[in-house]
Amino acid sequence: MKKYSVFSLIRQGLRRDAEWPRAWRNPDPKKTYDVVLVGGGGHGLATAYYLAKEHGITNVAVLEKGWIGTGSVGRNTTIVRSNYLRDETGHLYEKSMQLWQNLSQELNYNLMYSKRGVVSLGHTLQEMRDIARRVNANRLNGIDAELLDTEQVKKLVPMLNASADSRYPVLGASYQRRGGTARHDAVAWGYARAADSLGVDIIQNCEVTGIRQNGRVVGVDTSRGAIDAGRVGVVVAGNSSVLAKMADLRLPIESHPLQALVSEPVKPVLDQVVMSNMVHMYVSQSQKGELVAGAGIDSYNGYGMRGSVSIIQGLMAATVELFPMFSRLRMMRAWAGIVDICPDASPIVGKMPVDGLYFNCGWGTGGFKATPGSGWVFAHTIANDRPHPLNEAFSLDRFTTGHLIDEHGAAAVAH
Amino acid sequence: MLLIQCPWCGPREESEYSYGGEAHILRPENPEAVSDEEWADYLFMRQNPSGRHQEQWSHSAGCRRWFNVERDTNTFKILSVYRPGDPPPEINDGPA
Repeated sequence: MKKYSVFSLIRQGLRRDAEWPRAWRNPDPKKTYDVVLVGGGGHGLATAYYLAKEHGITNVAVLEKGWIGTGSVGRNTTIVRSNYLRDETGHLYEKSMQLWQNLSQELNYNLMYSKRGVVSLGHTLQEMRDIARRVNANRLNGIDAELLDTEQVKKLVPMLNASADSRYPVLGASYQRRGGTARHDAVAWGYARAADSLGVDIIQNCEVTGIRQNGRVVGVDTSRGAIDAGRVGVVVAGNSSVLAKMADLRLPIESHPLQALVSEPVKPVLDQVVMSNMVHMYVSQSQKGELVAGAGIDSYNGYGMRGSVSIIQGLMAATVELFPMFSRLRMMRAWAGIVDICPDASPIVGKMPVDGLYFNCGWGTGGFKATPGSGWVFAHTIANDRPHPLNEAFSLDRFTTGHLIDEHGAAAVAH
Repeated sequence: MLLIQCPWCGPREESEYSYGGEAHILRPENPEAVSDEEWADYLFMRQNPSGRHQEQWSHSAGCRRWFNVERDTNTFKILSVYRPGDPPPEINDGPA
């Protein structure tokens, strides 16, 4: 791997960028691998990287039906935070948060991780009680969190409509300073480049059409032929139930469209990520100056990459009410990604009833922030054939035992 | 926005309705007799297909009655609408 640095930038610049090497190879699939990962999104590529780096397993293929980074990792709203309520989720997302801190340096790829702070607004007394409870739970788990009152929110986000007569009075907020944003495409590309340099084969335009079993998983059928594998990890947000069906399994998952949109770029106006669970909106400003706003999910099951206009209308109404100055902005693009939602709004990361088969799915509306930690624990799970303590609770059988991890408060709307 | 045909009120826009998830899931007749796995399967496990999906909708801002819809989850096209207790209509609308 050619190291990216200010010197390589200057040297290549003087040579008119003629000698940049490919960031990752484009190999044909081999006949057999120790581990096949299905899905070349952020979580899959991160899993491949940590399998190679932490566990020395480099005979790994990542199979992607399209081009890497074209699924949910390229469709999210790039928010990073770890302020989840329950102990299990708090620790899992906090692992991710700790990995984010030095990830750009580790991958030698600028992920543009920006610790701008995440402000979660409360508009009712009950919401403020829930926010205070979550802040306290976070602090007990060693996760940074602060409780802000109305005056502190006004000072922090001056253009927010926090006046007493506003439709959605701002009674306060939670504030996580380490939260912020990261460049989502760069996360996929950075992990791909780093995994590739450790020997992982990233195979694009290779759709998995079947999971082959012989008492245990022995490989996959793909659009580019059969591939033998000792272990198969499936990391396919937005297609988890489809892949599960190939192994004759059903998951407690429903897939829904989740919409977002961006405005025309403007000068810096919003320093933080501001979200409101109650009115289903959150907004941040990208490094390019576009305002990135996201909504709640469309209610119905859907695999088509679009949603209903009524959701966008609701999102925009709430955004303009909270930020009247945004009313003059033109919106440039809207799109949807498909999110796999579990009944308790927590993911499933672990072994499946079939030996040698592992699923990492159900991250719902908030998978992007978890990319590093998810890959890290999933790599551990595959390498050791048992979950890491951080993801032990996120097994499929929690739906049988009843040990659900209810994160609707922290995860349902705000991503 | 979906345009959904309520079997009682006629075509209305999606925002008048509430979604109720997969249809035709039967509650076990004797819950105490089933295993934890069977109960979990009834309670949580879903087909969540890519393609044809039989699902429940309620006309919650209208007549407030429940009914079933068969819809394609890729194109979002509504293939049929039928009342509770009725069998799903036959659909001749290309491959499933």
